[in-house]
Amino acid sequence: MEQLKTIGRELAIGSHGGWGQSKEFLDLVKSIGEARSKAEEDRIILREVESLRRRIAEPDVPRRKMKEYIIRLVYAEMLGHDASFGYIHAVKMTHDDALPLKRTGYLAVTLFLSEDHDLIILIVNTIQKDLRSDNYLVVCAALAAVCKLINEETIPAVLPQVVDLLAHPKEAVRKKAVMALHRFYQRSPASVSHLVSNFRKRLCDNDPGVMGATLCPLFDLICADVNSYKDLVISFVGILKQVAERRLPKTYDYHQMAAPFIQIKLLKILALLGSGDKQASGHMYNVLGDIFRKCEQSSNIGNAVLYESICCVSSIHPNAKLLEAAAEATSKFLKSDSHNLKYMGVDALGRLIRINPDIAEEHQLAVIDCLEDPDDTLKRKTFELLYKMTKSTNVEVIVGRMIEYMINISDNHYKTEIASRCVELAEQFAPTNEWFIQTMNKVFEHAGDLVNVRVAHNLMRLIAEGFGEDDEGAESKLRSSAVDSYLRILGEPKLPSLFLQVICWVLGEYGTADGKYPAAYIIGKLCDVTEALLCDDTVKAYAISAILKICAFEIAEGRKVEMLPECQSLIDELSTSHSTDLQQRAYELQALLCLESQAVESVMPLDASCEDIEIDKNLTFLKDFVQQSIENGATPYIPESERSGMSNVSNFKSQYQHEASSHMLRFEAYELPRPSPAHVIPHVSVPTPIADLFPVPETTCNSETSQASKLPSVAGASSAAHGIKLHLDGVQRRWGRPTYSSSSGPSSTTSTEKTTNGVTHIDGVGSQSRDKLNESRRQQPEVSAEKQKLAASLFGGSAGKTEKKATSTQRAPKGNTRNAERPGAARSRSPETSKEKAAPSVPDLLDLGEPNPTSTTIVDPFKQLEGLVGPAPMPSPLDNSVKTSGFETPDLMAAAYTDLLPSGSSSGSLSSTTTDMYSVDKTSNTATSVPSIKKGPFPQDSLRKDARARQLGVTPTGNNPNLFKDLLG
Amino acid sequence: MIRAVIVMNTQGKPRLLKFYEFQPPEKQHELTRSVFAVLSGRPDNVSNFVEADAIFGPGTRLVYKHLATLYFVFVFDSCENELAMLDLIQVLVETLDRCFKNVCELDIVFNFNKMHTILDEIIFGGQVLETSSERVLKAVEEISRLEKSSSSVSFVPKSVSGRFGR
Repeated sequence: MEQLKTIGRELAIGSHGGWGQSKEFLDLVKSIGEARSKAEEDRIILREVESLRRRIAEPDVPRRKMKEYIIRLVYAEMLGHDASFGYIHAVKMTHDDALPLKRTGYLAVTLFLSEDHDLIILIVNTIQKDLRSDNYLVVCAALAAVCKLINEETIPAVLPQVVDLLAHPKEAVRKKAVMALHRFYQRSPASVSHLVSNFRKRLCDNDPGVMGATLCPLFDLICADVNSYKDLVISFVGILKQVAERRLPKTYDYHQMAAPFIQIKLLKILALLGSGDKQASGHMYNVLGDIFRKCEQSSNIGNAVLYESICCVSSIHPNAKLLEAAAEATSKFLKSDSHNLKYMGVDALGRLIRINPDIAEEHQLAVIDCLEDPDDTLKRKTFELLYKMTKSTNVEVIVGRMIEYMINISDNHYKTEIASRCVELAEQFAPTNEWFIQTMNKVFEHAGDLVNVRVAHNLMRLIAEGFGEDDEGAESKLRSSAVDSYLRILGEPKLPSLFLQVICWVLGEYGTADGKYPAAYIIGKLCDVTEALLCDDTVKAYAISAILKICAFEIAEGRKVEMLPECQSLIDELSTSHSTDLQQRAYELQALLCLESQAVESVMPLDASCEDIEIDKNLTFLKDFVQQSIENGATPYIPESERSGMSNVSNFKSQYQHEASSHMLRFEAYELPRPSPAHVIPHVSVPTPIADLFPVPETTCNSETSQASKLPSVAGASSAAHGIKLHLDGVQRRWGRPTYSSSSGPSSTTSTEKTTNGVTHIDGVGSQSRDKLNESRRQQPEVSAEKQKLAASLFGGSAGKTEKKATSTQRAPKGNTRNAERPGAARSRSPETSKEKAAPSVPDLLDLGEPNPTSTTIVDPFKQLEGLVGPAPMPSPLDNSVKTSGFETPDLMAAAYTDLLPSGSSSGSLSSTTTDMYSVDKTSNTATSVPSIKKGPFPQDSLRKDARARQLGVTPTGNNPNLFKDLLG
Repeated sequence: MIRAVIVMNTQGKPRLLKFYEFQPPEKQHELTRSVFAVLSGRPDNVSNFVEADAIFGPGTRLVYKHLATLYFVFVFDSCENELAMLDLIQVLVETLDRCFKNVCELDIVFNFNKMHTILDEIIFGGQVLETSSERVLKAVEEISRLEKSSSSVSFVPKSVSGRFGR
């Protein structure tokens, strides 16, 4: 035991030159290592923190002890425990004169404090003093603190000193001063704007390290404003030339490359400066060509420089020769076995195809391989590339792939992104309407509530307005195919809320339009929707509005609507709902059922969802009524702005109501009364859907505003009876698109809340259709011929090209111009024409039960899929079973070197690098150790260390199974 | 710029955390855990790059290197080159190795303040400061030499040394 302790002390304090800690710290680390659970670890650290809290507060703690306490606090905080009681002691330690203590103090405060912490005030003074210190290490420590702790307000306090340090004799200080100034620029560009010339000056520093550091702020400055730095192009090119020609000191060589990090930074800067500037680019061609020629392909860093050159070439004014070299380098990346290089290759290809799309064709198979790769990162990068090269010719393949991938990932963040990309591509390049709706259905079904609400609205609008074609028949075909597919999908459990909203809306608008399905059937389906477990209020609102629309259409056709029992119970349920919105919808449905057919038809005209709302802000149509009331002795209306006293009452009332509905306390003063027009108009245009959001004042009892109070009750009966022409199409619009206004508030929140539900859905939902899809897609990669076909369809290769072209050329313009055409087409269509067209399609009452003969010819996307049943298991992209093979090697460098060295590299170069690196060491093992890469360059040394560690029982490398298990529990 | 440097072992226990934009301790812990969750799910023989925008915000990526029992992770934004970052990890590890003579996890556990010293010579305020392992090592050695020479007084309690000083 005694021996063990000695070894421990030796290990801790011993050979590493006084960096070590005491035995207590050693014990702490050891016991944490041995803790079997997270709870146990927490207990140990809490105990440690408690003891530190006690001891740190004792008077006259020896300074060396204090240093150790602070380090232990840093350690405790690194493990996630609060050590804020010790911050003040760390601050005090920065005041100390002894260098080790001061440095420890600075290290601790930079790790502990944020730039806005209260204690910063106590440090600024010390920093100021230390920046003027004679000891350059003190200055360096202070500069490190400056970088981390100085915020916008305190910059002026230290700025003069930092600027002075730019001329410090020590290059280490100059370097850090440049960085500190850069940091100030990042915090607040205005504070150092007058000092920017200093960066230019430092570029000419005779120390390459300072010059390299100066490139960082210059890069940022050039990003912000390219044009002010065009004059530096020649200097940068000159520097790059010198670097590439190995004019820098040998110490900057890294794996036989001359200062590669500086080269990379310079290439990045040149890419910015040369972008879109032919003259500037002209200066760069020569040196870029040199770099391409000289670049070492066998080392990692050589490829990094090469990749950066490709980026630079693709960004500057194009040069055919350089592009050729870049394409060649890219193809080498793509053909490489290393995943890292493939990744860079895919990225580089994405840059090059912006200049010359044909380059992609050559690499189609390599890209497809990347798509099949088990590496998730590579796959995502490849999808990014495909996204960039999507055209109307390959959109079907690419979006199909994306959806297939989307189904299989669990990362919500990326799922959202890829779903929105699918939607974007589909909207932009959709070859046919059917395909578009099918794709959207798949996206909604699988990514459900992750999709932006806007997408759902776009889909609804598309179904309502069509693709902007003149052909009314195609449009109704599109709608009925949508209705068909939705009725089928409704059978599946757990659909995402947003998708249900779309379904409800479409069924309400067009469910009965082609007469294929009887109203009762659709209403029944809609009632089922609301009964589902996870049905939220927004979906219910959509469903009840849809039912209302169907009833209205039926009544307008002169048919009698018989209330299904489940529908009646739904109405009863909703009319007592907590949501006033749902209540109102339910009551409106009930009111509508009592109306005569003519009134209903004008309230809810058929297929009028695309009509524009005309808002009559002056309420001219009420004039007769107002006149009559005044004649009957009512007081005339006085605009709110002209009223004194009284106005405030109603305003307070509405204000109060608003407060009550949002359940929140308001602390700020009440707003000033709004001018009257703004107050009245909202009731006319969109009265109900936003009942929750908008204060509806209780004005009914207020005689002055009685005119306005009539408006919310637009049930139609009273106004129709009075013969007053209300602008009913405006009101109808409200029903036509029930939640354009209402869903913007509530549904966006619900969709985020329900994300978790959406995820769980996805596992269960529609596995059948997904499997079918998978299977149909799966067959492609297996055979190489299939792969080539895929390549052809992706890249527009020879096979299948003609066939694809044929379909695409006729459709491409349609898809592209869709957005432009749509609004105009919609506006030109008047309600009369649309009604006329819809009328013939409505069959006799007798035919209702039978399927419409015309509709059977409609191609159903989902039926087509049914033939392809047969699940194919998807290989998981993340294979958890393959893990940590390098676990047994205790020596880091062993792994580092095996990792680092290219398998085919000559032993000559290998030994030269290693001897170079270990020339500092005095051991004679160097020569013998070089070949034994597996064990690391110093087998004896590492063995000794390993043995020592094992004796202590602290070795983290597998011998002690309980060790370090704590985090995983 | 570089957003963070994380060194942790294969069990997910942090060995060195350095965030170049302040993060409160709880947040640091959470970020480390999510990084570990991503890394431990990745098979061997795949690329060393991960898109990290789900963890660190849009546009961020991370490069990691799995050496023996440790993960070295650099988190950075779009201004850096992935392959170069991978080599920067190599520079850090090489420097550590030369500093500790065959570095292993234990060295890092017990000397994490020295780790910070080394890292501060390589990355400063989120920017790459020095990429020559030799020069880093020289700087660190000089620091330790100067610290040692000035630390002889530190064995005496402050109050005592203060009295002597006057």
